[in-house]
Amino acid sequence: MFKNRDTRLTIWLLIPVVFVLVAYVLYPSLRTFFESLQSDGSISLGNYQDFFVQESKTNLLALWNSVYISILSVFFSALIGIPLAIIFNRYDFPGRSFFSTAAILPIVLPSLVGVMAFMFLYGESGLIPNAIKDLLGLEKVPFKIGGVSGILIVHAYTMYVYFYMTVSAAINKIDPSLEEAAYNLGANRIKVFWKVTFPLLTPAIVAASLLVFMISMASFSAPFLLAGGYRVLSLQIYFSKINGDMEIAATQSVILSIVSISFLLFMRWYQNRKDYRMATKGIGAHRSEVKNPFMKWLMVGFGMIGVLILLLPHFTILLLSLVPDGTWTWQTYPSVFNLENYRLLFADPNIFKPLKNSLIMAVIATVGNLVFGVIASYLLVKRKFVGKSFVDILVMIPWALPATVIGMNLVFAFNEPNVFSFGQILVGTFWILPLAYFIRHIPLVVRSTNAVLEQLDDSIEEAARNLGAKWFYTFRKVILPIIMPGVLSGTLLAFIESVGEFPTSVLLYTISNRPISIEIMNQLRMFNMGQAAAYGMIQITLIVIVLFISNKFFGIKAEKAL
Amino acid sequence: MASIQIENVQKAFGKTIAIDQLNLEIKDGEFFTFLGPSGCGKTTTLRMIAGFYYPTKGVVRFGEKDMTRVPPEKRNTGMVFQNYALFPHMTVFENVAFGLKVRKVSSADVKLKVLEVLRKVRLEKYSDRQVSQLSGGQQQRVALARALAIEPEILLLDEPLSNLDAKLRDEMRAEILRLQRDYKITTIYVTHDQAEALSMSDRIAVFNYGVCHQVGTPAEIYNQPANDFVASFIGEINLLPVQVDHVEQEDIAVTLKNDGEPVKLIVHNHTNEDELNKGNLAVSIRPEAIRILDTVETGTNVLKGKIAAVQFLGSIVNLMVQIDHVSLKVDVLNTHEFGHYYQGKDVYVELPEKQLRLLPVISGEVNV
Repeated sequence: MFKNRDTRLTIWLLIPVVFVLVAYVLYPSLRTFFESLQSDGSISLGNYQDFFVQESKTNLLALWNSVYISILSVFFSALIGIPLAIIFNRYDFPGRSFFSTAAILPIVLPSLVGVMAFMFLYGESGLIPNAIKDLLGLEKVPFKIGGVSGILIVHAYTMYVYFYMTVSAAINKIDPSLEEAAYNLGANRIKVFWKVTFPLLTPAIVAASLLVFMISMASFSAPFLLAGGYRVLSLQIYFSKINGDMEIAATQSVILSIVSISFLLFMRWYQNRKDYRMATKGIGAHRSEVKNPFMKWLMVGFGMIGVLILLLPHFTILLLSLVPDGTWTWQTYPSVFNLENYRLLFADPNIFKPLKNSLIMAVIATVGNLVFGVIASYLLVKRKFVGKSFVDILVMIPWALPATVIGMNLVFAFNEPNVFSFGQILVGTFWILPLAYFIRHIPLVVRSTNAVLEQLDDSIEEAARNLGAKWFYTFRKVILPIIMPGVLSGTLLAFIESVGEFPTSVLLYTISNRPISIEIMNQLRMFNMGQAAAYGMIQITLIVIVLFISNKFFGIKAEKAL
Repeated sequence: MASIQIENVQKAFGKTIAIDQLNLEIKDGEFFTFLGPSGCGKTTTLRMIAGFYYPTKGVVRFGEKDMTRVPPEKRNTGMVFQNYALFPHMTVFENVAFGLKVRKVSSADVKLKVLEVLRKVRLEKYSDRQVSQLSGGQQQRVALARALAIEPEILLLDEPLSNLDAKLRDEMRAEILRLQRDYKITTIYVTHDQAEALSMSDRIAVFNYGVCHQVGTPAEIYNQPANDFVASFIGEINLLPVQVDHVEQEDIAVTLKNDGEPVKLIVHNHTNEDELNKGNLAVSIRPEAIRILDTVETGTNVLKGKIAAVQFLGSIVNLMVQIDHVSLKVDVLNTHEFGHYYQGKDVYVELPEKQLRLLPVISGEVNV
């Protein structure tokens, strides 16, 4: 029977998808939750009591620090991102389109590599403070970053992009006739901006704020390298785990998850709320040309300086990668430059190993993401079944959970044999890392695939079946080829993020499968920043290639998938 | 080629009943149209024939074969979708060849057949183009060619012309008819456009709210509508609520239900007796059937009125004639000099008894 055949198909596709989600997303999360309820062999809320009423207040302070840093990160990111979005989308001046593309450059920097770049640029012995000191003949460096200020600068640098992108999109959706109507009614420029334009942008600003808050609550790399003695919750989880206080680590994970998930729910609620979305479609961007030559060149000047600042970290990594081991010790500036680090990368098996590990594990995880993402997304978009919203929520959980928590979940779930690990202990094996990368990027691939599948009209599939093609043939020959470009751009993004993944790696790696990010950390500990930077350059190059491929061949802006 | 029987079919989506108690027989080689406003159930019925939905109750047969639960890929129907549903990643040739390749036709035969069909739709020169490079009309032809290439038993067309502009639509109408006559293929055509339905079909089924109200030739549907919905959905019509006075063999005497002086009319044409004994009734008359008399005349169904509005449309002139409390739409040919009809002119109108039709009112009250 037709209906039953189709229902059967849905069920057959659903079984593996639900299995993966339950086994690797739901079960590990629940496992952590149960672990947090264990104290001294009995089930109680003792760990939570300890968390909040502990005498030293370390944990509570870490939670407060996380919130504090996140609020400030939102503030500074907004301060950079919103004006940039308005200037680049509303005014036309020479080089505007170049500057607006350059503004998304910070995402072309893996978090750990970015933090490293900032340390060498603006840290105690950083190039910029020392250069200023020498130029002006000062006694001491005029400024240095570290601790809270360091974390905040790195956060602002990487996270303003979320404000920039969401606000840009919102600006381009505003119907110009609304502002024209306000002018026509006698409002001046300032009034029009504050009474018409800005209120229309608030939904985007709120959405970006929530997003940045979540991301910065989860942020691990920046506090890890810059915090010094400053404690944030994501870092506390790592320390608890290292010290073997597993129940405490579980409790901290649960609390951090609750904060993140409540923000996610709040965000969903806010976005689904009726807001003044524009009914008009297909509005051309309208930019006013800057006529005043002084203003015009002032903007170009600021643009150039801005791009320079944005690119400095990339250049720093490039520069550092050319400094061989042991040639930059007491000197203020490095003096020897050659390709030694790159040569070693391929010549020394010990140095090549992490790169190979990262690539292999990222490929495994990404292939998994591709297969799982396409099936899950097809089910979610094109099929009807009971419990769809449950599957939808499970798919989104890895996005809402901080990476550190996902890492801990896997530790708790797979440090013992169970059904989902097919009777194996996965922690301490090669497979735990690819699994972690896979879980981390489920939402990214499913969401980018959803976007293309939603564009695909149902009648295309019906047409193929009407012409006599069975479902699988239709899927292979019609649906897959059409959605592939969109799917691949999301998948490639998942690939590069897997290559650079740090927070889950640091919780789960072993010596034999250590990935790039761990080796960067090791090299930094040995003050061999040249080799660390060379790894970083490999990642940056990969990212550039992927963005280029996505733009050129798929005609899709890969950053849209973020 | 096949005939189609739809027997007692019902289709429900959850609690909503999209189609109720449908019985249709579509003859072999017939050009059959489902006509109705959007949401009337015509597309649902088409999709049950294609196999994308299957009926909650009832049976669908092609010829003798019960097709009710056969999956769409095994029905051998060729469907043209409203948005064409061309495969965007394939060329014109590959699109048309798709159904043949699925049927494991040898590639030499595929080539032969595809080129033949493309010639039929006059697109042989475009076979290597990407479908996105074609105009709307050409895409429409590719969709037709793709559906015809598999030599289907039944051709299903779901509002195929609704995305084209008026001129192309006329052209494609002729094209579809030509191909249908050429292949002598049983065709079901879904549309909400009454002009398309009247000009193309052998027979029409008129749908509303999931119910099929009438099946008949275009002339039957237009001249002998089954009820007020069919009458007013197709073409312009005057509908006047009435009460039956008495029946005298073929003639029925009725009185207009209006606030003013009772007006009596003799009606010659009516739907079946059963329908007339229950519920509200109305008489209908097409605007072009009403005669305007310039001189004072008396006789059956001649009424005195005044022209309330004149609209000059070129070949015809629309008049609104006020008779007591009733206004009538009247179309006259543009045969008089300009200004012959003017607002406020006294006229006599004749409602020929053979053109007046008594029919049941199903959509509640009819406004006078």
